[in-house]
Amino acid sequence: MNWNEHFPALLLIIPLFGAFLAPVCSLGGKMARNILLVAASFLTLVVAFLLWRSVLANGIQYYVMGGENFRLALPSGMALPVRIILEVDAFSAFMALCGSIAAFAGALFSVNYMNRFSGQSRFTSLYLLLATGMLGMMITGDLFNFFIFIEISSIASFGLIAFWRDKPSAIEASLKYTLVSQVGSMLILIAAGSLYGKYNALNMAAIGSSLTMGTMEKLALVFLVGSLAMKCGAFPMHMWLPDAYAEAPTGVTCLLVAVSQASLYGLMRVCFSIYGVAMGSTFVPWMIIIFGLASMFFGVSMAVVQHDIKRLMGYHSVSQVGYMLLGLGVGLLVLGDARGMADFGFTAIKGGVFHVFNYTMYKALLFLTAGALYYATGKKDLNEMGGLARRMPYTTFMFVIAAAAISGLPPFNGFVSKLLIYESSFAVHPSLAVVALLTSVLTLASFVKVFQTAFLGPEKNNLLHVQEVPPAMLLGMVVLTAAILGATLFPSWTLSNLVEPAARALVDQSGYIGAIVGGGM
Amino acid sequence: MRPLSVVVRTGCDLFAWFLIVFGANVIIHGDVTPGGGFQGGAVAATFITLLLVAYGGKKVFSWVRPGIFNGMLIFGLMAFFLLGLMGFPNSFFYNFIAVPHEVVQATGHGVIPPSGTIALMDIAVGIEVAGALSIIVLSMFRGIRLFREGPMEEESGHDR
Repeated sequence: MNWNEHFPALLLIIPLFGAFLAPVCSLGGKMARNILLVAASFLTLVVAFLLWRSVLANGIQYYVMGGENFRLALPSGMALPVRIILEVDAFSAFMALCGSIAAFAGALFSVNYMNRFSGQSRFTSLYLLLATGMLGMMITGDLFNFFIFIEISSIASFGLIAFWRDKPSAIEASLKYTLVSQVGSMLILIAAGSLYGKYNALNMAAIGSSLTMGTMEKLALVFLVGSLAMKCGAFPMHMWLPDAYAEAPTGVTCLLVAVSQASLYGLMRVCFSIYGVAMGSTFVPWMIIIFGLASMFFGVSMAVVQHDIKRLMGYHSVSQVGYMLLGLGVGLLVLGDARGMADFGFTAIKGGVFHVFNYTMYKALLFLTAGALYYATGKKDLNEMGGLARRMPYTTFMFVIAAAAISGLPPFNGFVSKLLIYESSFAVHPSLAVVALLTSVLTLASFVKVFQTAFLGPEKNNLLHVQEVPPAMLLGMVVLTAAILGATLFPSWTLSNLVEPAARALVDQSGYIGAIVGGGM
Repeated sequence: MRPLSVVVRTGCDLFAWFLIVFGANVIIHGDVTPGGGFQGGAVAATFITLLLVAYGGKKVFSWVRPGIFNGMLIFGLMAFFLLGLMGFPNSFFYNFIAVPHEVVQATGHGVIPPSGTIALMDIAVGIEVAGALSIIVLSMFRGIRLFREGPMEEESGHDR
């Protein structure tokens, strides 16, 4: 048996098995459970990496769950694919790689961070279940299964956000997220149901191959775009995000960042691979661009006034998601126009895709440093911290790297992706680039504030006992720092090997559809 | 929560075990009739709910150990997962013991249900759901006790 062929299934099996095994392992004590958490997320990372390599080498990989043969997408006599099909192209593999790096870092961090709390067996289960849901959203080729995985990840995150259930604010954040995300999930279900009613298929490729734009399709598109933009935290629907990110245990926040990217992935998959050129009008691309601009500007302007360090970073998440929406929206705008695509559209998509990687890495790292500060000082309010650079040198170093990357300072990786987005959105309209630049400046301002108040300045008397955080937490941060520095030091390698194949796969609608339905186009 | 009247308790004695039997019936025939693992498991889990309502927490907690439900949960999850894994040379979740239609018509299907792993997975899910929902009900009951700050509402008509 060739395991290479089974990587898409293994990517889901390993974290799922870990989640199921967690209650058993907990009988063996703390050590066994921590080993399970780290080992399962590390194996997932390894599989995601191997899957990414094999997709780059062999093209789109798909996997039929429960088939006599895992390559039997169209059983004989069937016109449409029926089984649960996982479809992994370079974009999915890229997203899964990003997500599993964040999951691994969060798991390493949680080993020490969660050490003093009870209920860890459930924590481990839910954490791995959240990772399963996230990876499932990224590699599924089926609209209904996308809904299933979005529910798996939502339900796991409800539990994890309310992990400290004796804190009323955590319960409130979780309840808010529950309400908002359940409404969103129901909209996705309605959209999937209406597309199924019309096209007799739930497979994204099968729907995409026969889609013609009508009222019902427009309605389904509105539901899908609206709810997925909500799940990734775009501006008017972002109100759950800062609460949820601030209240969840820090290792979980690190994973939630990646989960929001999975929703962004779903949004892009729907727009580029299901609807694609058939979308016809420029209304939806402009809507996505406007979502992006609004998220960028309002997210960052709410971030600069925050005192709670994790809330501040939560608002920055809103504003960073705006960059990706802007980049990918500009790409979507010129999807049917070959000249515009060659001029600036593909650059915008590259920028958006690269920003997904950068954002996942530096934002996860920023949340981990915020968690490290909380672990060491027991404080969340920036005004109560000060002079920590001398006490926590490693954390400070990694915070500086992440803050420089998110602010888009050259030569860090954030600069590269932002530059790609600036120059391509400028071609559409200069004001888009102006908003993006302004956001970047405000981001820098707010992180200078954090750095100055928390790490510099005179030491506070009540913080003299503070020590550097334990090694496993540092190791979790080092994983992400290494990813940032890798993308910083080798930008052209990263762009040509990591980003470009993913961007090319995203715009290649016929390739995505043809892999499943064959000559269906 | 205090025990309810002798009428309710006698009714509970009569009907509680039927819930288990009915739940098991729904689970076992899940592959050929409406229902299935989740539904049957939910029916079976009402057993513990009925006991809690009729007899009150003190008695029920002296009868059952929550660890048992945890065991059911783990067993169900693992059984489901291993059944999925056993299809592996072909694909994950491959139905490796399904009996084809012609064979069932000619010779019958023996002990294994004709739908193969689907029926077995239904049973696994049923066990898992029964355990998990029982845990949820017991946890919610414990949650009620957290908020007992003095008499909230006087209950009457009970013979304790």
